[in-house]
Amino acid sequence: MSESVIALRAVRADLGSRPVLRGIDLTVHRGEVVALLGANGSGKSTAIRTIIGQVPASAGEIELFGTPRGRFRDWARVGYVPQRTTAAGGVPATVTEIVSSGRLSRARFGVLRKADKAAVRRALELVGMADRARDSVNALSGGQHQRVLIARALAAEPELLIMDEPMAGVDLASQEVLARTLGEQVAQGTTVLLVLHELGPLEPLIDRAVVLRDGCVQHDGPPPRAVGQHALPGHDHVHPHDHEPIRTGLLS
Amino acid sequence: MDFLDYAFMQRALLAAVLVGITAPAVGIYLVQRRQALMGDGIGHVAMTGVGLGFLLSWSPVWMATLVSVLGAVLMELIRWYGRTRGDIALAMLFYGGMAGGVMFINLAPGGSNANLTSYLFGSLSTVSESDVTAICVLAAFVVLVTLGLRRQLFAVSQDEEFARVTGLPVRALNLLTAVTAAVTVTVAMRVVGLLLVSALMVVPVAAAQQLTRSFAATFAIAVAIGVTVTISGTVTSYYQDVPPGATIVLLTIGAFIVLTGLATPLARRRARAAAAAQPAPDPAECAIPASRQADGTVGV
Repeated sequence: MSESVIALRAVRADLGSRPVLRGIDLTVHRGEVVALLGANGSGKSTAIRTIIGQVPASAGEIELFGTPRGRFRDWARVGYVPQRTTAAGGVPATVTEIVSSGRLSRARFGVLRKADKAAVRRALELVGMADRARDSVNALSGGQHQRVLIARALAAEPELLIMDEPMAGVDLASQEVLARTLGEQVAQGTTVLLVLHELGPLEPLIDRAVVLRDGCVQHDGPPPRAVGQHALPGHDHVHPHDHEPIRTGLLS
Repeated sequence: MDFLDYAFMQRALLAAVLVGITAPAVGIYLVQRRQALMGDGIGHVAMTGVGLGFLLSWSPVWMATLVSVLGAVLMELIRWYGRTRGDIALAMLFYGGMAGGVMFINLAPGGSNANLTSYLFGSLSTVSESDVTAICVLAAFVVLVTLGLRRQLFAVSQDEEFARVTGLPVRALNLLTAVTAAVTVTVAMRVVGLLLVSALMVVPVAAAQQLTRSFAATFAIAVAIGVTVTISGTVTSYYQDVPPGATIVLLTIGAFIVLTGLATPLARRRARAAAAAQPAPDPAECAIPASRQADGTVGV
């Protein structure tokens, strides 16, 4: 088997006093595209956020590119797309400004050189947003926001992409752009771990599916086939973003 | 321009310009993080520093800097660890800070609440030589951080979770933002006062946002508004004998209202230009009845 890019062994994590992950094992090998599936509350978003260090693991081991997560420093190899409905903050920002922050992992002391700016432009072209580079993100649709967030992850030219529900709240046209972009990345050998609510338009790309249930791995193998209502083309789930913190006031 | 002949007015104007630059420069990151009221909280905590300064016969400016930096770090730690009960801890910190200030100043020999007034609402005529030195040093620190680390602070304030994955020291940058905000509060204390300082951090940014599409432009315009209102507020208060802090804050709010008025036609024109640029605009009205379209999407 080829080198493992992500390795989780018996990882547990709690949110408050509630155990959310109850000892999960998950390995993603180089070049693989792995989908993390499961119902709301099954722990799939927490699993991803444990891998990147946003949620501390209470037990178990996490390795990135063979290095324990605590000692891992080579973040330019990782591109991350968090679960968001918007790319906007409290102050206006252009598409380029947002995507440029994805390049910081490769920029020394936060200074963006010519090559960095070219990489930002390329990332915008990959998601078909180059013509909106100077627009405010506030003027974009939900799908375009998601394309900006993916361009931000691609700006560092990562070897591993971690995405949390990249298709949530995205219109069909943007879904196709995203599926094509991801297909191109996979063709170039990028490893992908993504949380999905359903396989949808990404189905042909996915090598393996890991299904979580109540914080445990329930299935690890070929992706399950969609049946019934879920199999219809254009079927779309509407569900709340239960992991997105409400950011208001002092305590955001 | 006869006001420039007076040494106290020269000092006051220098302090005002530095406040006009630093307050919006820090405020923009607080607004971006949706912590617009953090400056207000730090202002409350700084009162304890002023009171301690009087009690220990120390410079109130430096003492306020020390205490508000500690307070800001504590606030950041509460935000980090407190989560659910954090708001109550913050409330205790703010009002404890205010009560501490009143208590210490009354314990100081010859001290009374009257001494506090100039710190609460600003008092340009009492800006001393040593205050100006302190304000210059602190303002230089604030400018260095807010401009020198703008890309890092932008990334962390925009999306903390993502910033972590770019390898940025998120916690250190959060603490630095808090410390810089605390320093700015004490820079602004002599000019606009502790109770009004937050307005100068937030309102110029809010006013600039009415016109801008980018973070960089918002930053530049907010600082320009900040400098304009602090200078004109200071000069007005010299001629009209009105309190400088209140004058500056009211002018800032005035700038916000004027720019909002200007921005409405601008936004309309931009929307028209955007609509013209897109060949197939969305229908302006809902189609009735709602129907399933040919490509399977559901119309609304």
